[in-house]
Amino acid sequence: MYASLVPTSAEMIRFLPELILTVVATLFMVLDPLLGRQSRHVYGHFSILALLGAMAAAVYVYRDPGAAFSGMLMVDGFATFFRVVVIGVGILTVLPSYRYLDREDAETGEYHALLLFSIVGQCVMVTANELIMIFIGLEISSIASYVLAGYLRDDRRANEAALKYFLLGSFATAFFLYGVALIYGMTGSTNLATVRRAILGGSLGSAPIFIGVAAALMFVGLGFKVSGAPFQIWAPDVYQGAPTPVAAFLSAGPKAAAFAIFLRIFLTAFQPIGPGWEPLVWVSALASMTLGNFAALTQSNIKRLLAYSSIAHAGYVLVALAARSNVGTAAAMFYMAAYAFMNIGAFAVVSHLSGKGERYLKVEDFAGLGAKQPGTAALLSIFLLSLIGVPLTGGFFGKFYIFKAALDSHLVWLTVLGLLNSAVAAYYYLRILVMMYMREPGEAASRIQPLTPGLRAALVLPALGTLVLGIFPGWVLDFAGRSSVFVR
Amino acid sequence: MLMDTILFYLFAALVLGGGILTITRRNAVHSAIFLILSLLGVAGLYLLQSAEFLFAVQIVLYVGGIMVLFLFVIMLVNLDQAAKEKQFNRQWTVALACAGLVGAEIFYFLAKGAGAFQLAKGTAEANTGMGNTERLADALFSQYLLPFEIASLLLLVAVVGSVVMAKKRI
Repeated sequence: MYASLVPTSAEMIRFLPELILTVVATLFMVLDPLLGRQSRHVYGHFSILALLGAMAAAVYVYRDPGAAFSGMLMVDGFATFFRVVVIGVGILTVLPSYRYLDREDAETGEYHALLLFSIVGQCVMVTANELIMIFIGLEISSIASYVLAGYLRDDRRANEAALKYFLLGSFATAFFLYGVALIYGMTGSTNLATVRRAILGGSLGSAPIFIGVAAALMFVGLGFKVSGAPFQIWAPDVYQGAPTPVAAFLSAGPKAAAFAIFLRIFLTAFQPIGPGWEPLVWVSALASMTLGNFAALTQSNIKRLLAYSSIAHAGYVLVALAARSNVGTAAAMFYMAAYAFMNIGAFAVVSHLSGKGERYLKVEDFAGLGAKQPGTAALLSIFLLSLIGVPLTGGFFGKFYIFKAALDSHLVWLTVLGLLNSAVAAYYYLRILVMMYMREPGEAASRIQPLTPGLRAALVLPALGTLVLGIFPGWVLDFAGRSSVFVR
Repeated sequence: MLMDTILFYLFAALVLGGGILTITRRNAVHSAIFLILSLLGVAGLYLLQSAEFLFAVQIVLYVGGIMVLFLFVIMLVNLDQAAKEKQFNRQWTVALACAGLVGAEIFYFLAKGAGAFQLAKGTAEANTGMGNTERLADALFSQYLLPFEIASLLLLVAVVGSVVMAKKRI
């Protein structure tokens, strides 16, 4: 009997990426008092090594997919895809952080430890097949993110960002947890497949209404985490106040993980009541796209602009969720990968240009960047064109597949309104391009520092990713298509 | 049976009375002590439901650990100013409406009886002879082993995070 208490080695190996990251992050905190200030870059190097190791492990464990720890985890193609995405986001966040932390004279040890912990939480989320596991992963990821958002404690904006993020985030988590409790009360299980069977079995008596309530509560919680309207209020303030590399991380990593559990919960456990929640997602998708894009038109602060743009992009992914099909899931997976590349790249340029204390954050501060640093400007152009959705970039195929999936599911109006929205969005991205190439250099562009190796990698890698996804989308899309079928 | 009923009302009165006194006392230390009383009442209710483990946890964690932390914080923070403030703020009408709504909800379900809220069979499983604590341990260390262990990571992150936010400079 006691032998069954010990997890088998196959199960332990399926948990390997999280184990690697946890061990390294814990070591950072032990090493922090031992290493002096001159070794402040060591943490970054080891973070990258750990993340590369975890990514390799995530790919390796996919050779033997399956459940682990009494069905708590499900290592399938879907989980592997999102594990690689969130770990990749981690690498692309560490690279610009070297320069940023030096410039702002902040401590590096805890920063990288918290970043790794947050990624552990996201890996747990995307692998979990069980509501309690999802909740714990969500909380690990969120609590580490709250602290990262307020990491520069002497900065008033960062404090405000962290407090707002913490309060609203806790509120949203409470909604999610309330939904989980109702589900457990109704079905007697928190395992997604079992919940689905209980709903299908019809043995719930008067419960369907409560299942609907539970789905709505979880929708509120997850809607907040992906910053979909009407739960998007926090995003501009938090992205503006958080350190720029952290804002880049928040807009890609936790968001991708939240979308992963959104898709998994709503397309496995709540799949039988799909016609019930589809209108909710429909409205939320349209509201996110419209609110995000129209609010972004009037922003003068580049971080707020990117925050509103990230709300709009959440809307596009919600369109894929509303499609309720495997094609839609695959499109959402592809979009999150493409979005991670282009958005982190754009934020890395902002981090580079903004200077010490993040002084230059106006859209006008991009004036003349094309003349002063043509390489940086060219890379930013790639990211912006991809955010618009111009062909030959990942953003184009992301949008293309999402709207194709929506049409396949007969969501004609949502597709039309979404396409109109992406036309509106082109305006504010093009404004930055015009600023870069057609204006005389201003103060910000004249004072711009040369690129460090870390920053150069942080700009070139996402640009390569964006272009590869735009020119050869087939491989990633094939994989996404194959892994979009959930184990039910 | 009669004894159970008497005890139930005794503990319920303890919970409610303690709760009301907690929010009406001006002195924060008095409030904390009445909160302990209220939490003890909840512990008694757990025992009546033969949930011995929850009873022990309630006493050790809430009455013991968390309340001591509360008292420490109250003594560290200067509360003289707060004691002079008005006890009712402008939101009391909204709060009253919310409380009324929840109350109506509770009375509705009480009136409809157990049939109104059909629970799954798994959650209200019949007593299999094993004690409450043993069954909990069995679930925690077999099926829920991973969440149980990962929860410690959650606590670690919370501790690291609070130190990072609170410290001046290492």
